This record gives sequence, structure tokens and C-alpha cells, in this order.
Amino acid sequence: MSDIPHIGFIVAAYLVTAIAILAMIGAIVVDYRRLSRALSRLEAARKGGDAQ
Amino acid sequence: MVNLANPTAFLAVTRRALPWLALATAALFVVGLWAAFLAPPDYQQGETVKIMYIHVPAAWLSSFIYVVMTAASLGTLVWRHPLADAAQKAAAPLGAGFTFICLVTGSLWGKPMWGAYWVWDARLTSVLVLFILYLGLMALWRSIEDPGRAARAAAILTLVGCVNLPIIKFSVDWWNTLHQPASVFRLGGPTIAPELLWPLLTMALAFTLLFVVLHLMAIRNEILRRRLARLTMLAAAEGDALAHRFAARGSGA
Repeated sequence: MSDIPHIGFIVAAYLVTAIAILAMIGAIVVDYRRLSRALSRLEAARKGGDAQ
Repeated sequence: MVNLANPTAFLAVTRRALPWLALATAALFVVGLWAAFLAPPDYQQGETVKIMYIHVPAAWLSSFIYVVMTAASLGTLVWRHPLADAAQKAAAPLGAGFTFICLVTGSLWGKPMWGAYWVWDARLTSVLVLFILYLGLMALWRSIEDPGRAARAAAILTLVGCVNLPIIKFSVDWWNTLHQPASVFRLGGPTIAPELLWPLLTMALAFTLLFVVLHLMAIRNEILRRRLARLTMLAAAEGDALAHRFAARGSGA
């Protein structure tokens, strides 16, 4: 174990922060990909409909 | 001058700016974390002061994001800016996230320093109220289907909730709290030693830039969500018109 007093609290604080920040980034990136895919599908379907 | 009120112009600008902003954020985090871990221990808190390098920036952001949302609410209600409600909606989950970080890291600092994870003092309680406000605003956006009505309701609730901001700021002066008073932004200058102050300011800048990046990305998502909703309605209307034409032909009209 480390000699630094209260090291467990320090590591836990940094871990929680990293997880919360990664969760925010992940949620926004996943949402962006989902929306972009749905938009591309819809636009392709409309173009296909126009061509018929 | 680029008209950022135009969603298409906004998307073009963010597409160009986001990679650079993200790179600057990552660089600031590397420098800030490096400086924080090299910083000497505090004479009272010891190494536990390292928690302050994430707790204090998260605490600043938790209030700052609400200020951004209040300005966006005014933009929705007074100036009817086309992106104001998107900015307000996009900021709420980020505000909740940074307030959560503030509360948890404060709690993890409080146990070794105060002997308790939580005390019902004015500063802690008012920040908890802020966290609940963020969650309430997110729930409000989800519970009203019409985006225009949801935006107005969320803007009004945000403006009502902004009375909590001075309470958070001055709670340590108005009441006898366990939480220490301001030690950076105060009349007479900071009371923190420069060896501890510089890593703290660097981390604060890194957190703020991270919020800017995430907020721009989230606003971009809102614009795409609206575009998708509009196209879906248009496709449904076109589908209906086509169905009517087929029905009319089928009936021999």
C-alpha cells in the first residue's frame, strides 16, 4: 500500500471524475452517430422515392 | 461575420472548430494533471488537496453552466433566438454531470477532512438543490412532446431556479457553514499559495474548455435531431399524399 495518507479517497475521486466525463463524452458521441445514421437513411430513402 | 443563429452555418463552424478545441482541451488536461500531481501537499490538508484540482473546477462549472442556461432561456423567451433553446437543452445534462462530479469529489474529500461524507450545511445543500434542478429540467424536456412548449416551460423553470445561484455563492458568508469561504475569487486576491493556485487555474481552464467542446457537440446533436424530426414528418406527409393518389386511382376517380 502507498504511504500517502488517504490515497484511497484521492484515487476514488479521480476515478469517479474520469468515469463521469467519459460517460458524458460517450453519450454525446453515440447520440451523434445514431442521428447521423438515421438522417442518412431517411435522405437516401427520399432520394430513392423521388427517382421512382 | 458568420451568422451562428443559422443552424447550417453553426454546423459548418463547429465542424471546423471542434477538432482544434478538443486538441487544446486534451493538452490543457495533460498539463493541468501533471502540475497537480507535482504540486506540494497543503500544510493542513496534506495530499488530500489533490482532490481540490477536480472538485473546485467542477464546482465552478456547475454554477457557470446554469448561468449559460439562464442566458439561453432569456434568448428563448425575449429574443427568440433560433438556437437558444437548443443550447439550453444541450447544457442541462452537462450541468448535471459536472454537479455530480462536484458533489461526489467533495464528499470524498469531506470524509478524511471533516470526518463525514455529507453535512446539511448551506453550501452543500444549495449545490444539491442545483443538481436536482438540472435533473428536473432534463425530465421537463422529455415530458413535453411539443418542442416549442417544452422550450418555454424549461426557460421559465431555469429563470426561476437561477435564484439559487447567489445562494450557492454567498451561502458561506450568509450562514455559519462547515464549507470554507472563497479562497480564489475574493476581494484582496487569492489566499492560496502560487504552487497550488497555478495547477488549479490550469485545471479550471481545462474543465471549462471541455464544457465548451461538449456543449457545441450537444447543440449539433439537437440541430440534427430537429432536422430528423422535420424530415420524418415530411416523409410521412409525402407518404400520405402518395397513398391518397393511389386510393383515388384505385376507386376510379
